Amino acid sequence: MTRKLLTGNGAAAWGARLAQTDYIPAFPITPQTEIIEDLSIWIDNGDMPARMVTMESEHSMITAAGGAASSGVRVFTATSSQGLLHGMEMVYTVAGWRVPFVMVNVSRGLSSPITLESDHNDIMAARDSGFLQIHCSTCQEITDSVLMAYRLAEHKDVRVPAIVNLDGFYLSFTREPVELPDTEKAAAFVGEFDPENLQFKGSAPLSQAMAVLGGGPYSYFRYEAHLAVERALSVYDEIADEFADTFGRRYDIIDNYKMDDAEYVFVMVGSFATKAHDAVDSLRQAGWKVGLARLRIFRPFPQEKIRQLLKGRRAVAVIDQNISMGMGGVLHSEFATALYGIKDAPAVLASFIGGLGGRDISQQEFFEMINEIKQACDKGVSPAPRLLYTQNELTEIRNLQAIAHAEHAEIQQKKD
Amino acid sequence: MIKETPVHFHRMKDMPSSHLLGTGTPMCSGCGGLETLHNMYDILGEKTVFVNAAGCMTLLSVYPFTPFRGGWLYTSMASAPAGAQGIRDAMDILIEKKKLSADENMEVVVVTGDGSAYGMGMSATSGAMDRNLNFIYLCYDNEGYGNTGQQYSAATPHAAITSTSKGSHGYPGFKKDLFSIWAAHHPAYVATIIGAEPLDLAKKIEKLQAMEGPRMLISLAPCPTGWDYDPKLSVEIGHLAVQTGVWPLKEYINGKVTHTKIPKQRKPVEDYLKLQGRFKHLFQPRRDEQAIAEIQALIDTYWDNISE
Repeated sequence: MTRKLLTGNGAAAWGARLAQTDYIPAFPITPQTEIIEDLSIWIDNGDMPARMVTMESEHSMITAAGGAASSGVRVFTATSSQGLLHGMEMVYTVAGWRVPFVMVNVSRGLSSPITLESDHNDIMAARDSGFLQIHCSTCQEITDSVLMAYRLAEHKDVRVPAIVNLDGFYLSFTREPVELPDTEKAAAFVGEFDPENLQFKGSAPLSQAMAVLGGGPYSYFRYEAHLAVERALSVYDEIADEFADTFGRRYDIIDNYKMDDAEYVFVMVGSFATKAHDAVDSLRQAGWKVGLARLRIFRPFPQEKIRQLLKGRRAVAVIDQNISMGMGGVLHSEFATALYGIKDAPAVLASFIGGLGGRDISQQEFFEMINEIKQACDKGVSPAPRLLYTQNELTEIRNLQAIAHAEHAEIQQKKD
Repeated sequence: MIKETPVHFHRMKDMPSSHLLGTGTPMCSGCGGLETLHNMYDILGEKTVFVNAAGCMTLLSVYPFTPFRGGWLYTSMASAPAGAQGIRDAMDILIEKKKLSADENMEVVVVTGDGSAYGMGMSATSGAMDRNLNFIYLCYDNEGYGNTGQQYSAATPHAAITSTSKGSHGYPGFKKDLFSIWAAHHPAYVATIIGAEPLDLAKKIEKLQAMEGPRMLISLAPCPTGWDYDPKLSVEIGHLAVQTGVWPLKEYINGKVTHTKIPKQRKPVEDYLKLQGRFKHLFQPRRDEQAIAEIQALIDTYWDNISE
């Protein structure tokens, strides 16, 4: 085991290398590029026996990934944001092909307005595709999750592709110490890829990804995919146990922090959970019974685990780094679905939207959220969804608007 | 790049009669695209994987039936060449790692209509040629979005009536020169073919089989439903497309374009146009001399520059 200082991107590339990936169709997009740069130099230097090909778009990249996986090789790829959306037709399509491969997504806010910084609207857009989703909060978790994602995706009861998600900038460009598993141990853990029925060869005619006629066959294959994704929940627990035994690090479906006696709970995904972690410590010191539940596996959605975890708590603050226009936070809706009608469900399930496009969520804001859900409990009324934004930020945007308006007026004046 | 191989196809009786492509497909009767595919498949043989983009031919393989004896993968409208890339690379990796024996290798063949080839799929096709992908691409060109009811595409010829150009002058644009666009990438091979000229087609398939890299084929695909004519006329219309000079049969190798069948005495283009309902407005209720002359002039100008 080697300890290295790695960025999240570097950690993702190491995951692909340690998983003995055969093939990497690629396309560069900020903030993912370092992943494919690392892989390409390893391949060029002969450190990694794989083949990489830079495609002309993410749409083609995901098609090539699916095509190669359907021919029986182990595939890795990576994208982000606009790239994920550009390839979205194929994200849905190759999931339906039931080809197991791993794609890293480096989360970045979506256009418009165009930005390079992080939030989760990109990955949430892939929510219903049939890809499994693992969300990371540290660089260590990224390497480890890529290895586990191959096991999960390739499992005979699952056989769907998986996305490992990490936050742009906050993880992609942040260096953290990472314990890299030994090459042999990692290879033994991931195992040889068994293509099962995925192949094209001269002596064995095979049609894949054919059309169907009518809703009957169509529904059958869609239901099959859904049930396969659901099965990943129980399969995951076995894999996590084996990973913990082999490498000494345990990753549960939900990463709980100080949850045992928690009355007030933060729920979220991704790297901002490390900020919530600190807030929990501060609030605990101040005598508040606060905990944090970070969802690591978002697809399949662990409804039963969520029910067991949250029943009997006083109030839950769901923090969404995404926004569904006209509805609000995606996670919040999903937690409401999981908890509706359950005996002893928390009386308050509040929605907070923040951290869009790289915006920070400050410690003060975490404290406010807990304060707000506590008051809501005391009053017995669930609060309206909150869009986190400070007075300073509002002043800042007003200043920018003033400049824009002044410029516009100047141009108008010159015209007149 | 071309290996010395004996030419098997001198005359029609040299053509294979294997009929590899199964019958009973849902293609329309008289489908010019299917005619090309059928001729081509007999020469390519069973060890082929067809990688398909959205179009009429997508309906060839509907679960659980297929007319093919080899492989098939449907991708999307825009990315069939990228699917071919994934399969080709995977098979090469498996052969290299000795997980697949070399005699299990298959030829990867993209098959798309003109809607994909001339438009949405052009970027993926260009990329595949940039990367010198070892594959065959067949575009069956019926000059419109046929599978959705023949709306005009970038392959639609000037003046043709389509579902989205029903006015008295038909489609105002001009057919895009895909052959030249493909040839500008300097792939191993580019050729135009047509099912009605099976010998010319067979010679070209045989030639490209001895090559490696991108081998690109555009087949004019007479289309009874889209072009509005009796299906029994498909072969005749195909012959006329060549004899009038509307569809020049040619190939590109090593920077040079060669015409493989130059009509000695070109027939007037109206012989080709008047058989098709999509050009009926040029003849009825009265002859549109100007439009017919314009179309004839386009063809004459093309051939005036051909000096073989």
